Amino acid sequence: MATQTLIYLFVGLSFALYIGIAIWSRAASTSEFYVAGGGVNPVVNGMATAADWMSAASFLSMAGLIAFMGYDGSVYLMGWTGGYVMLALLLAPYLRKFGQFTVPDFIGTRYYSNIARTVAVVCLIFISFTYIAGQMRGVGIVFSRFLEIDVTLGVILGMGIVFFYAVLGGMKGITYTQVAQYCVLIFAYLVPAIFISLLATGNPVPQLGLGSELADGSGMSVLQKLDSSLVDMGFPAYTDGSKSMVDVFCITAALMIGTAGLPHVIVRFFTVPKASDARKSAGWALVFIALLYTTAPAVSAFARLNFNESVSNTRYAEAPDWFRNWEANGLIAWRDKNGDGVMQYEAGEAFEGAPEYTPGGIGVSGERLLDNAATDNANEVYVDRDIMVLANPEIANLPGWVIALVAAGGLAAALSTAAGLLLVISTAVSHDLLKSTFRPQISEKGELLAARVAATAAIVVAGILGIYPPGWVAQVVAFAFGLAAASLFPAIFLGIFSKRMNREGAIAGMVTGLAFTFLYIAWFKLWAPELNTAEHWLFGISPEGIGVVGMLLNFAVAITVARLTAPPPPEVDALVENIRVPRGAGTAHAH
Amino acid sequence: MVEDESADSASETRRAYWRANLRLLGTLMAIWFAVSFGAGILFRPYLDQFMLGGFPLGFWFAQQGSIYVFIVLIAIYAWRMHRIEREFALDDDDAETPIEGG
Repeated sequence: MATQTLIYLFVGLSFALYIGIAIWSRAASTSEFYVAGGGVNPVVNGMATAADWMSAASFLSMAGLIAFMGYDGSVYLMGWTGGYVMLALLLAPYLRKFGQFTVPDFIGTRYYSNIARTVAVVCLIFISFTYIAGQMRGVGIVFSRFLEIDVTLGVILGMGIVFFYAVLGGMKGITYTQVAQYCVLIFAYLVPAIFISLLATGNPVPQLGLGSELADGSGMSVLQKLDSSLVDMGFPAYTDGSKSMVDVFCITAALMIGTAGLPHVIVRFFTVPKASDARKSAGWALVFIALLYTTAPAVSAFARLNFNESVSNTRYAEAPDWFRNWEANGLIAWRDKNGDGVMQYEAGEAFEGAPEYTPGGIGVSGERLLDNAATDNANEVYVDRDIMVLANPEIANLPGWVIALVAAGGLAAALSTAAGLLLVISTAVSHDLLKSTFRPQISEKGELLAARVAATAAIVVAGILGIYPPGWVAQVVAFAFGLAAASLFPAIFLGIFSKRMNREGAIAGMVTGLAFTFLYIAWFKLWAPELNTAEHWLFGISPEGIGVVGMLLNFAVAITVARLTAPPPPEVDALVENIRVPRGAGTAHAH
Repeated sequence: MVEDESADSASETRRAYWRANLRLLGTLMAIWFAVSFGAGILFRPYLDQFMLGGFPLGFWFAQQGSIYVFIVLIAIYAWRMHRIEREFALDDDDAETPIEGG
């Protein structure tokens, strides 16, 4: 069967599966809609959490980023897994014992204040929409490249599917759909990785293949070969990277703490039956996530090796098909600076900015001509990092069904995360704003209807963001993690571990952390991007890592203000006592 | 324990339980920090002179090893906490904490 037919088949089958699960697991109450009734098995919940967590960024972009960043890419690997240790040890069991629906619920109750609750809702909505815009770009890339349909139509199709199971099924529908999506995406990630590792090193386990000797008879290990070929081409060594140590440290910390503070991840631990299950569930989630995250660096290294070998010093006329396919999509470009018809691939930008093709312009070798101003280095090749995972099976010459599988996996990753985020947004509107703040007398039926209307509205906004991606989306992804680290994490952490923390301290801390991080990122990313270099950064910390400083400020301000103001009322003291122990109500019962 | 026991002894149990929890947390978070920020970042240049198979050791911790240790840390925490909770009779083995709603 032709690869294109296989892609339609795989994607169609996986979509049919998700819809079938959605019909089977429709939500009937607000409790089922928000937290799947609180009765999900911890292993199942762990798997759903993994799918919720691993987005288009993890599935499509991360391996590509690491392939071009080498050691520096470790910030994503450690940052996006280490956060689960903080979740399991510091947050999840206590929040589950607290026993309500949302993160703003906790902050509003613990700090006996609707202002605190509203600040938390604002953080949450901002973080979630930033994140969702990124998912929609992923959906757009997969649809436009693999289904050969218009991106607009593709996004509408994807939104339609999510609408179906998120609005109907709520958390219950999403949880069981995400289990299916995890299976699809992990299978789609591992199969090509195993093939490629086997081809390159003879070892079928990618995690070990990365540390093995190459099967090409050179006697070199994968990493040695990469280091030496990259250094020859003028890049830093793969195992060395180019970021400063303080920046790597801060970015890793910001991603870890941000992960632990992301509302759509935290809310997953409200769905298990008991506090002790929240710990187990976080452990299982990390096992399922680690399966992909320990494979990713192997995929990166093999992809970079294969890419270097098939592009560097190859005549354009003999370039493989995938090179032209991605060039047609505008994600690869070649500018023949020295007019020899051969692609020179070295360090440095081939030209200024993203490729802008001359309409209809075809060069002597058949390449698409560019309007961009050429740079004066020898590099002639432009490549968008996002394509590496999608292009990898083609680069390694794998069979058509593997390529079809990767397309279905990429969609599963993007849709599962989008659904989880939409649910968090709709819950924030219907539960935290409507029910808890503005209209406490609303009936359960009315609240459920409001949640579905809010989910629908959020899907429409997300769809528009996907069809007309604002230029700043890629620029502000750092927002989501930095803001979560600087605002929500300290408020939740102190709410559990400090009985003395009060309303005034928590609000002052959240506002300080949020404002500082927001302004720092906005300054370097939006208002003065030309100053965004290491010598202008505070302590050499890039906007990606500044959330850590925001978090420290949050802690400092919160603790100082709490010391100077009245302690929290006795019922809050009792609440903290209660969430600290797993066993039910106030007093222990006979055993 | 029975209902009429003095409130002091119940809260003493809780305090002892919380101290045991914090001790365990401290140990595990120290290991968490040591494998990621320590071995993977701060001491990476030093550790890279040793090889683990085809991996420089620091690079291995940053891209593989730390993740494996994270999983083990959560497993140890779930297992140890369960034992501590049973010891203090504060576990939730036979309980289902219902979601009450708002």
